[in-house]
Amino acid sequence: MKIYLKIWRQKNKDTKGQLEDHTLDNVSAEMSFLEMLDMLNLKLAKSGERPVEFDHDCREGICGQCGVMINGIAHGPLKNTTTCQLHMRSFKDGDTIYIEPFKAKAFPVIRDLKVDRTGFDDIIAAGGYVSVNTGQAPEANSIPVTHNEAEAAFDSAACIGCGACVATCKNASAALFTSAKISQFTHLPQGKKESAKRTVDMVNRMEELDFGHCTNTEACQIECPQDISVLNIAKMNFEYNKAKLKK
Amino acid sequence: MALTGLFLCFFLIIHLLGNLQLLLPKEEAQLQYNLYSHFLSGNILIKIVSYVLYASILLHTIDAIYLSTKAKKASGETYVKDKRNRASKWYSRQMMLLGTIVFAFLVIHFKDFWYPYKFGSIETDINGNKDLYSLVVVSFQELWYVILYAVAILALGFHLLHGFFSAFRSVGLYHPYYTKIVKTIGIGFAVLMTFGYLIIPFYIFLKL
Repeated sequence: MKIYLKIWRQKNKDTKGQLEDHTLDNVSAEMSFLEMLDMLNLKLAKSGERPVEFDHDCREGICGQCGVMINGIAHGPLKNTTTCQLHMRSFKDGDTIYIEPFKAKAFPVIRDLKVDRTGFDDIIAAGGYVSVNTGQAPEANSIPVTHNEAEAAFDSAACIGCGACVATCKNASAALFTSAKISQFTHLPQGKKESAKRTVDMVNRMEELDFGHCTNTEACQIECPQDISVLNIAKMNFEYNKAKLKK
Repeated sequence: MALTGLFLCFFLIIHLLGNLQLLLPKEEAQLQYNLYSHFLSGNILIKIVSYVLYASILLHTIDAIYLSTKAKKASGETYVKDKRNRASKWYSRQMMLLGTIVFAFLVIHFKDFWYPYKFGSIETDINGNKDLYSLVVVSFQELWYVILYAVAILALGFHLLHGFFSAFRSVGLYHPYYTKIVKTIGIGFAVLMTFGYLIIPFYIFLKL
């Protein structure tokens, strides 16, 4: 296939970025999207140009590192798919592909397609943990957890923190990410104890950072590679309101 | 935002029920509607509720401006190619625009009916009540005025279509089964309010 790329190039946080045109011949339909970018970078390196920088790690769809806007959609046209799991068979010969970084004030561009998602780490640091010394793994049945609760906790824990929700949201809200990270603990007895404090701390931290406010457009779930439910946001609101009323 | 919105939804029901009296046969409607308006303006409980209403409108508006400003700041640079719209309904993204139309309408609505009734001098009917009925009927004889109402009420309808279920989410309704029910009720509520409020100006324009 012949593919025309319009790819975002930006030196650093302080400079202005712009789209740059590149053409790739002999792109195989079996290639993953990132392998296509590798191919571009090889071409650039051979001709002495600076390769395009982009985040990636596992390339198996589970780490949340990769994530770019492909033709104006976070992670590209397929549903529930990370950028690394998108393959070139989703495109046709002669297609033009726009590739831009996730854009939000809270996600400043470091270089090209690489963005700084430290904001997410800050939210986790505010309370996304269980603060007890767990010691060795306990006997599996000593703390009963129902199947439905375990499944619900796991559904929330499936969030890979890629940032597609923020990039998709018209308000650049981090509500889906924050709520998933709160809910994964709230469903389980180990996490329930600190639920009120955790929710208030994490929500307050999210509010302090440069993220916008959730207005329930539900776009985040549609473009989330893990299909994290927007009901996590409603649960977060419930826990937050409950904690505030109890105070 | 959610609490003021839900209160305003509740007000919409009461306001519609009261104003449906305008659809009664002319002689009956005039006396009954004027009596109803007189009762509302004299009742202390209604007076308190009306102050809550004014406060709700203002707080809802201020909160909307705050959230929009925050969203604009947070969004950062725009995308060259932006297809994000595929993931959400247009009216859920345009709540501020729809709300602005409704607010502009409210200013006109207050100026034309609320202000003259409260502070202006309008004629009385045979029972000695202020004749708000005639003021309303005369206003709705103008086609442009009816169209203005129709546009505003359609904007309100779409505003409710998103706003109703969104308010429940914001207060924390997260159960999958009940959220589905609330979403369905929200659609019914938005449709009912839109048609209910549309009938009045069109009925008066065409029949009276």
